[in-house]
Amino acid sequence: MSESRFFLPEASSLAPQIDWLFWSMIALCAAVAVGVFIAIVFYCIRYRRGSPADRSGRRKQSLGVELTWTLIPFALFIGVFVWSLFLFVHEHTPPANARTVYVVAKQWMWTMQHPGGQREINTLHVPLGTPVRLTMTSQDVIHSFYVPAFRVKQDVLPGRYTELWFTPTLLGRFPLFCTEYCGLDHSKMGGSIVVMRPADYQRWLAGHDTAPSLAAQGAVLFRTRGCSGCHGANASVHAPSLEGVYGTVVHLADGSTAIADERYLRDCILLPRTQVVAGYPPIMPSFSGQLSEEDLLALIAYIKSTSPLASTEASP
Amino acid sequence: MSAIDAGVVPRSFLDRDYGLFAWLTTRDHKRIALLYALGITFFFFLGGAAATLIRLNLITPSGALLSAETYNKAFTFHGVVMVWFFLIPSIPTTLGNFLLPLMIGARDVAFPRLNLASWYLYIVGGLFTIGSLLAGGVDTGWTFYTPFSTMFSNTNVFLVVIGVFITGFSSILTGLNFIVTVHTLRMPGMRWFRLPLFVWGIYTTSLVMVLATPVLAMTLALIALERGFGVGVFDPALGGDPLLFQHLFWFYSHPAVYIMILPAMGLVSEIIACFVRRRVFGYKFMTYSMVSIAVIGFMVWGHHMFVAGISMYSSLVFSLLSFVVAVPSAIKVFNWTTTLRKGDISFEAPLLYALGFVGLFMLGGLTGLMLAAPALDVPLTRTYFVVAHFHYVMVGGSVMAYLGGIHYWWPKVTGRMYSEGWARFAAILMFFGFNLTFFPQYILGYEGMPRRYHSYLPQFQVLNILSSAGASILAIGYLLPAVYLLWSLRYGAAAGNNPWNARGLEWQTTSPPPKENFLRAPVVREAYAYDEPAP
Amino acid sequence: MSASAADIGPEVRDPFVEEQFDDAVQQREAATFGMWVFLSTEILFFGVLFASYTICRVLHPQGFAIASRRTDMLFGSIETAVLLVSSSLIALALRAIKLGRRRLTVGLMVGTAALGICFLTMHGFEYHKEYTEHLIPGIDFMQTGRFAYEVELFFCLYYFITGFHSLHVLIGVSVILVLALRVARGAFGPQRHTTLELTALYWHLVDIVWIFVYPLIYLVGRAG
Repeated sequence: MSESRFFLPEASSLAPQIDWLFWSMIALCAAVAVGVFIAIVFYCIRYRRGSPADRSGRRKQSLGVELTWTLIPFALFIGVFVWSLFLFVHEHTPPANARTVYVVAKQWMWTMQHPGGQREINTLHVPLGTPVRLTMTSQDVIHSFYVPAFRVKQDVLPGRYTELWFTPTLLGRFPLFCTEYCGLDHSKMGGSIVVMRPADYQRWLAGHDTAPSLAAQGAVLFRTRGCSGCHGANASVHAPSLEGVYGTVVHLADGSTAIADERYLRDCILLPRTQVVAGYPPIMPSFSGQLSEEDLLALIAYIKSTSPLASTEASP
Repeated sequence: MSAIDAGVVPRSFLDRDYGLFAWLTTRDHKRIALLYALGITFFFFLGGAAATLIRLNLITPSGALLSAETYNKAFTFHGVVMVWFFLIPSIPTTLGNFLLPLMIGARDVAFPRLNLASWYLYIVGGLFTIGSLLAGGVDTGWTFYTPFSTMFSNTNVFLVVIGVFITGFSSILTGLNFIVTVHTLRMPGMRWFRLPLFVWGIYTTSLVMVLATPVLAMTLALIALERGFGVGVFDPALGGDPLLFQHLFWFYSHPAVYIMILPAMGLVSEIIACFVRRRVFGYKFMTYSMVSIAVIGFMVWGHHMFVAGISMYSSLVFSLLSFVVAVPSAIKVFNWTTTLRKGDISFEAPLLYALGFVGLFMLGGLTGLMLAAPALDVPLTRTYFVVAHFHYVMVGGSVMAYLGGIHYWWPKVTGRMYSEGWARFAAILMFFGFNLTFFPQYILGYEGMPRRYHSYLPQFQVLNILSSAGASILAIGYLLPAVYLLWSLRYGAAAGNNPWNARGLEWQTTSPPPKENFLRAPVVREAYAYDEPAP
Repeated sequence: MSASAADIGPEVRDPFVEEQFDDAVQQREAATFGMWVFLSTEILFFGVLFASYTICRVLHPQGFAIASRRTDMLFGSIETAVLLVSSSLIALALRAIKLGRRRLTVGLMVGTAALGICFLTMHGFEYHKEYTEHLIPGIDFMQTGRFAYEVELFFCLYYFITGFHSLHVLIGVSVILVLALRVARGAFGPQRHTTLELTALYWHLVDIVWIFVYPLIYLVGRAG
């Protein structure tokens, strides 16, 4: 992993930036703490009972002093806040060319699904130097996806998607932890992220290419679960076509607009009445409770695969 | 010096009505304070026993001592007991109850019967919590996150939730009582800016108790109903929102941190002023900072949820407010330090505890700044870094201050002096034991060890062993006062009315005080009038 | 003033002033202030429920609108009227005791309590009706249709809010009845009615909370 036992490896593109802020804060805090400690020790010795030190003017209170140590820390804090703000926004903005991997958490394991249909349990293989975006959900309680070497962490909630992204910059195997307490085997709900050279990664993908791709699984579901009856090309029911809808702006019946991302598509399948597309009758039944999280992700992957955006995204 | 003329030795509040029944039906705030002290000490050692199990288990990476199930129950019990049955009531209900009326020159709190009722509620809540332990324990963590606590845990969540719910009412009624007492029962001449900072601490804490605790109580009631009926507002299967629970929970539980620390801040100011023999530097700024902590503290709860799935923009707003709330704490640390300047410092045990408080609180507060920056909070939260941070503030801060206060007012409460040498030794032992226990946890957190882990990767073992070793020193540190303080009750020298030559009103009456608090009206002056002779 | 009390000695003190207070004025101030603090606590209790309602409603506007139409607006409106009248009765009772008209006070207080019981009874009918319609989540909830889950969520909140409010009404009714008995026995008079005043304050709060509950539960879904 790393030559040093003490310093955590900086294995993602985010890690060095976060470490910069971390060590700067450590330096600032240490400076303040040491300063206050020195002052306390100095005063304690100089003004110990019976010492000859001059104690005149001790009743003086100073507004200027109070304001100084109100405003200087305040300005420093705002500086740290602004620094942290830029970094945090960056952490929340995945690059457009990021590969998507779907993660489903349940007590007490992680299931990772690659777009090509490869499934892994508790291990995730990723290529070096390529941004990876994880779309995550949970089947039961709240979990949290944490890779210390990448400095990334995100809670994984039931009933919705959350996401995080990273670009691995070091080869190797890095621990993955669940950091939201989730019951009996919380401490065992870990695994590892394996960062491989892109060529090795392609070989690995090919070697595990047993299942049909996620989009192909979704295409099967799209037919067998009856989606195509209304949304298919030959459907008689008046329902919007889903071909190429991913990533576009959708106009809704209530006059608002939405971007057809994963969360939107999920909501449309489970809670169809909340976001009805303008010009269509609200007749779609809810599939809530009828589809597993894995099925949902496969369906969404299928809808995405029909989009022109998908080609840029799925290519390694 | 004494307010009582020689020859007239009044009967103290202890020296009458000896029976158990008289104690259990007392309306005297001083006796109720002692009743609370018994309960709180009991729960402190109970929670400490759970902590001992946790630290023993973490000596080996595989967690050899306890099963995962027992470990989860141990840290849940530790958290619930320490937060709701020790830290939150600790200073307000014992020292606060005892001293608040004395410090403002009143005969009692405004509602003595309500005060006693609060104690009974506390005890009943505690019994429910112990009941949950006897019924097999609870494994949700003290935060009761849904949907785990409502739909997935197979343990007795109901009992412990009811226990905390009932104790919440104890907290609310105590806060209400203190607010009304400070507003209406100050003796003539005791203006707001003559109040000792301890009274300000108790007052601002009471505001937070009264306004935050109902939110917790109602949220826990919703948890109980959701568990009972299998449906509820936090249930994602119905389209309910598990994040709503976290918002409501932290709307209480973040201000709760200030419930724990504000009285400690006031208390430490009393001790420092007395042993440095000067007025606290920046008295008015100290009061302003307490009030602003209490107010802004209500608006920062979201910083517990930066990675929980709330929007980026709300994270940033909560982050900014969290930095703002750190400013008044910084002001206080600087003011305490400057109070030492030009003082006449005598290093009795209470001052050692108070200085320990300032140092540990500062380290906890500074690392809190790192957690307030969302970009840093992402890797650090839910790891041992957070565990270390809040133990520095609550244990290094509140508990050190509480013990300092017990030592400072022990002669007033009991009329006896404890062994000064042992007290200094215990304070120093605790300071070092504490740092050895919790400083390695900062490093563990930075290296990525998640909290609430029954077993861990082998590379974390060295630091865990250091932490457990520190915990054993800390445990001895906490047991020592229990021994020498009890010893002093029988063998300690008589303390006299004002052994520290301090200036608060409480030092103008006898030790222990009579039931009526003052037999002759105390003299009210500016707070901390150490440049003038004692009245 | 602790000295003055000690100098005078307890035997000269007003027997109705507890020993921690200097005089009746201070006692009255403390009690009134305490009640206001308590009411602020109560607002935060209900605040949790209202906040939960608001968030769930924003998440599921249509489901909540449909569910809201399943409530009984007629009962809801009559209940509102009953509570408002009861609040004015207790205000009149307070005026009556200040004027020293004890029998009128008792009558008005019993009237207040009767209207409170009336309110609870109507709620009982409402709950029973919902039970027969299988609308009680966790006990008997059988709804189908696209918004079954959202309707269930709404009714969870409906029972939490109205149940918690009814609990307050019940406590209020009991306190008022006990006090009416004490008024009849002459425990209060023109100079001594703080307890009555505080009870009236509490009863007004219960009323005000209902003024928020009524539109949220019964009316909003019916608009549009």
